[in-house]
Order: sequence, then C-alpha cells, then structure tokens
Amino acid sequence: MLADKDRIFTNLYGLHDVGLKGAMSRGQWNGTKGFIDKGRDWIVEQIKASGLRGRGGAGFPTGLKWSFMPKQSDGRPHYLVVNADESEPGTCKDREIMRHDPHTLVEGCLIAGFAMGAHAAYIYVRGEFIREREALQRAIDEAYDAKLLGKNNIHGWDFDVYVHHGAGAYICGEETALLESLEGKKGQPRLKPPFPANVGLYGCPTTVNNVESIAVAPEILRRGAAWFAGIGRPNNVGTKLFCISGHVERPCTVEEAMGIPFRELIEKHCGGVRGGWDNLLAVIPGGSSVPCLPADMCRDLPMDFDTLRNVKSGLGTAAVIVMDKSTDIIRAIARLAYFYKHESCGQCTPCREGTGWMWRVLTRMAEGRAQKSEIDMLLNVSYQIEGHTICALGDAAAWPVQGLIRHFRHVIEDRIDSYSANPDPEGAVTMQAAE
Amino acid sequence: MSVRRLHHEQPSGFVFSRDNAAWAKKTIAKYPKGRQASAVIPLLWRGQEQEGWVSEPMIRTIADMLSMPYIRVLEVATFYTMFQLQPVGKKAHIQVCGTTPCMLRGAEDLKAVCQRKIHHDPHHLSADGDFSWEEVECLGACVNAPMIQIVKDTYEDLTPETLEKLIDDLAAGNPVTPGPQNGRQYSAPVGGPTTLLEKVKPAKAPRAKAAATPKKAPVKVVATGKPSARQEPADAEKGKPTGLVEARGGKADDLKLISGVGPKIEGILNELGIFHFDQVAGWRKAEREWVDNYLKFKGRIEREDWVSQAKTLAKGGETEFSKRASKAPAKPRGKGK
Repeated sequence: MLADKDRIFTNLYGLHDVGLKGAMSRGQWNGTKGFIDKGRDWIVEQIKASGLRGRGGAGFPTGLKWSFMPKQSDGRPHYLVVNADESEPGTCKDREIMRHDPHTLVEGCLIAGFAMGAHAAYIYVRGEFIREREALQRAIDEAYDAKLLGKNNIHGWDFDVYVHHGAGAYICGEETALLESLEGKKGQPRLKPPFPANVGLYGCPTTVNNVESIAVAPEILRRGAAWFAGIGRPNNVGTKLFCISGHVERPCTVEEAMGIPFRELIEKHCGGVRGGWDNLLAVIPGGSSVPCLPADMCRDLPMDFDTLRNVKSGLGTAAVIVMDKSTDIIRAIARLAYFYKHESCGQCTPCREGTGWMWRVLTRMAEGRAQKSEIDMLLNVSYQIEGHTICALGDAAAWPVQGLIRHFRHVIEDRIDSYSANPDPEGAVTMQAAE
Repeated sequence: MSVRRLHHEQPSGFVFSRDNAAWAKKTIAKYPKGRQASAVIPLLWRGQEQEGWVSEPMIRTIADMLSMPYIRVLEVATFYTMFQLQPVGKKAHIQVCGTTPCMLRGAEDLKAVCQRKIHHDPHHLSADGDFSWEEVECLGACVNAPMIQIVKDTYEDLTPETLEKLIDDLAAGNPVTPGPQNGRQYSAPVGGPTTLLEKVKPAKAPRAKAAATPKKAPVKVVATGKPSARQEPADAEKGKPTGLVEARGGKADDLKLISGVGPKIEGILNELGIFHFDQVAGWRKAEREWVDNYLKFKGRIEREDWVSQAKTLAKGGETEFSKRASKAPAKPRGKGK
C-alpha cells in the first residue's frame, strides 16, 4: 500500500484548508520559481524521466506530449488547455482535485504552460461541476492576488489561467471536440492530422492534458522524477487516483500506487465486495468505455495500463465499477449503450446509427427477446463501429458490448432460452428488425 | 444524439439583468480579440440561470452580442443537453443520474420517486408547477451514487426515503444540505478515510532554501496518535472518544471557549471528530486520559477541568474564561468549505 508520505493529493477529502495558505502549508507552490529558472527543456526532461502517462484514459506519455509543442513560436501564441470535462461514467477524481486541492492544478498549469511556451491556459470544466468551477476560480483568484499568476508575477513568466465550462456533452472530453466547444461551436471532433500541437485552439499550437496529469507535475519536480518512477511497476509508474463505485461495501476515491492488485484495493479501502468475494460477478476496471472482466479474471490483477490491456480491457481513468451477482449484466451494459447513444455527437454515421442500434438490440436481449444469431450480428456491428469513426467514442461504445459478449455470452443465451421456453402471451419470438 | 427542439411557446423578449450584462462583458474579455464566440456557452448558461430555461429571444440576443449567426447559437443550445429548452419547475428541476454506476446503487428507485411525486414523464411540470425532473447521464459523482443535481448542487448517497424527504423539504421551503446525505466526508469511505492519516511533512523542492521551511508543521489528521502509542495498537484505541464525521448541522461549537483550548488544539479535537461541548462534557476518565496523552498534556484536562467547563457551556451558560474570551474578537478559522 502506498505510504501517506508518498501521496500527492493530501487534501483529497477536503479535511483541511482549501485556500492558498493551506495549500502552501501542504507544500504546494514551493520552489516553483526554481523550476521555471531551470528552463522548459529541463521540465520536459524531468516529466519524461518520471514516466508519467496521461491520466485521462489513453495513457500517452505526458512528457513526450509536451515535447511536441514547437520550440520556437512562429508568431502564433501557444495554449495549454486542461481537460476537466470529466464525464466518463465511473470517474470522479478530477472533481476532488478541483474542489479540494485546486492549487495543485493551478501550479501545474503554470509549470506545464511554461514548459510548452504558453502564456495562457484554459481549463475546460464540465458544465455540471458548478461548485467545482467556483472552487477552482477562487484558487486562481488567490494565486493572482499573491502574484503567483498574471502579468509580472513572481515567477518571471507571464501567465493567465481562465476557467471555461461546457454544458453537458460527454464528447467534449475528446480533445478536438473540446477545442471546438471552447471556440463556441458544437462539440464535434476534428479529423487528425493536423494534431493540436500544430493546429489547436484558434488555429494555434495547443496541448490538451487531463487535470490529474497536470496536477501531479509540480510534485514530481519537487520530489524528483526518480521518486515518481520508483512507485508502481515498470512503464506503469506513479500514484493514481482510483474511484471505486458500484457494489463494494464502502465506495470511495483514493490515491494509490499504480499496479495495486485489485483485491488489495477493494479490501483496504472499500471494505470488500458486497456479500463477499464469492459474490463478485464482474468488474469494469477503467470507466465505462473499457470492456468488463469476469470475477475469476480480476481478483488478483494488478491495476495498471499494460496488465489490463493484455487481458483485453484497460485502466482508462482508473474508475473501477464493481458488480456483484445481483447485477443484471446485460441491462448494466445496455444502460452504457444508451449512454453512448445519447452522447454520440452525430458526425460519423457508424457511431450515430450504430450506438442506437446496439442499444435497441441489447434492450431486447436483456429481456431475452432475441435470436441467438443476433449475438454474433451484434458483435459484428460493434466491429464495424470500432475504428471507423473520427474519434474514439465509436470505439468506446463498441468495447463494453464486446466485453459483454466475450465473457457473458452464456448469460445472454440463457436469457434467450428462458424467454423462448416461456414466451410472451402476445406471440412467438420472431426475428425483429433492429430498428 | 438526442433530438431537441425549441419550446412551442416562447416569451416575447429577453434582456440580461444589469449585473449579468456586466458579467457577460468581462467573460467575453477572457478570450482573444475576434474569438468572442467562445463565450457562447457561458452566456447561454447565465441566461438560463436568470430565466430558468433557454428561449428563442435569448438565443437571438446572445447571437447579436457575440456577432454570431443565429443558427450557430441555436446549434449550440440544442447540442448541449444542460440547456433546458422548456420551462422547468419553479422550485427545483431535479436531474437524476441514471448511468450504470448510479443504476447499480439504486438510481431506478430514485426515478420512481420522481415519477410518483412530480410527474410520470420527465421534462413535465408537476401539478403545482414547482417541480420537474429528468434522467441525465453520468454527473461525475459515481463513488457517491446514487445522486441527483438541483441547479448548482449535488445531493449524493441518496435512498428513496432521503430523496422523498428532500423533495418535501424543498416544497416546504426548508433548508437542505447539499453533498452526501449519509454523513460521510465527501468521497472518503463511509466511516472515515483509510488514507492520509499520518502527519506528513510536505516535500520541499531540491536546493530550495532550507530557511523556507515553515516553522510550524501543518496540522494534519492524526488518527492513530503518536509513534509511542502506535507500538501498542490495541491500547492506542482504548479510551479514544468516539467522534462525529462532521459537526451536527454543519455548525461546530467554539471549543476555544474552554480554558486551555486554543485554535490549534481545537483543530486537533475537530480532527478527532469532537465538535461540541456536550461531547467533551461526556468524557469519562479513560477518555480524558486518552486525549490528555494524545495531546501530550500531562494532566491539563483534569487540572483545568474541561469536563465541568464544557458542561456549563453546553447548557448555554458562561464560565469565567468564556466571558473574557467571547469579548475578544473572534479569530477567523481557516477551515475549508
């Protein structure tokens, strides 16, 4: 288990002073000027050496991402955009950072912004996080008042941080959709290339990072890249905020070492699975977009990017959704399919039409009102959505369905059997058009 | 994608209030020149806060303010689902999160409560026009599931009973407390955090001046006590007074009115879950000794007789010390929200 001294978010539960004074007493804003003085290359090297991988879900190395920004400005300003559009079902970690430890993020913005030659950062907070937005704005105002930010601040790098917000569109968590939304348009993702590092916000070089990636950066510099790289397992290092929801005794958000075994995570912090370990049915280990895993696969699985990818799932945002045997797994996944149908931006046909199609079929399957051949048809359709859309929402919609069929096909078949054995008095089961 | 259309009945016009118009000007200035369209979501949101829902005149007004074609603002208003395109309940529009993490913990029961108490269908006003509800997608408070949002605040860890009471309280105009409804500390596990219990010195930047070290170590949660106590974990807990998760009604007593308690000790007592005089008044010998030992006080609690002081104060009386102390200007307390 991670020791308390190695935790970065020391006010995760809001037990202490959220303000600047409290943040400073917890070590934030300490030595920031020293890092700036060492230059942007040093900062990028440190972040690269720390092995930090982006905390937004994809796990792309953060230092490498920062290094894609042009070294010299061609006259266009550079922008840092922080993705605080946390809407992946199961995920609620950035919320805690913004409302209880906002100065980690504000300080991180300055350091990351400097490392990419940006003088302005926009933090895009999801629309529903209104109190979180207010808390973040308070922290930024304090930082301006203390001359930590703004023109002629004590760090010698002019820097402005603005809070922007969305209005309830999951797709705006996709980086280019977020930029579109920030420009005042519908949040529909852009084709890449050009990548945001060349043509991003307002056509200028831009880097989009997750809140947690930015918020851990100052502490990595303070404690050294080796400290961060020493936690966890090779290529999957550092600390990570885990959000454990669903059927555990005590759901919670907790900062733990990357690669902590699933069982330890649940036992130590959540009081175990509801009804004991034998009652565990399935786990979605990284937010709704990743395929679920059946109980026997995940009991002792280390929770990190590579291990979970190797079992055809993913760490995603480390939002662990636990389901016990009382769960109707088909309905649970059908509800996720509804989520993706609702949140599809409508730009690409496979996703716009396919998400609704999958939801309708799954709803029927949850009742058993289907043919067994439709299971393979559903799987086939999910493969036609995956990889055939501009952004990853199509993939994200397809994966939970694929996970369901991969591990719980027998449940669907049983449901169909029991329905056919005892059909609706209305009539026999017929092959229905998916529409 | 969801199909969203403007309401069939529209008001005749829309103007921002004076404060909101000034606020809008400042908001537009956050974005580079010529990029004022960026402010469209914040402006529409402020308009909705003012009027309750987004109307066609509002869309036109905001489009004119931002020099945007009307259709672009209409697109934004219909694309983003937080914009209410029809009138909502005067007292509350309840957004029930229905996505899988909340569904697993009983969101469907919450929907049933809304259907029973408000209207069978979402986006419809209740008979008295005070309430409306809708099912929304993940609101990002999954560890506190199931939950709802009303305007700015979330109400978490709900049961059908607590939601029913919440709606009744809102209808009657009684004050309600946002956040977890089962007494837990935000996203910490029920019963108290499992981490961040040790007193930790914050990390310092390498080569930073040693003099920069603050003289006072920050007051942290210290639950298991001093290292010496930790050697005997069984005994360390013996006599530990039971604390509350938070002050009753969110309002703690000013423990500094007890002679011998200063701001720092008060902080530590609060960390232990001691917020009220009657808690101190109820300490038995074992508990007094434990706290005394914990604070390294060498018998001060007995000497200054905190228990009888607290008894008097709990009844609303005054002690010699509290008379003097309450005359002194109250020190601001640095506690977070």
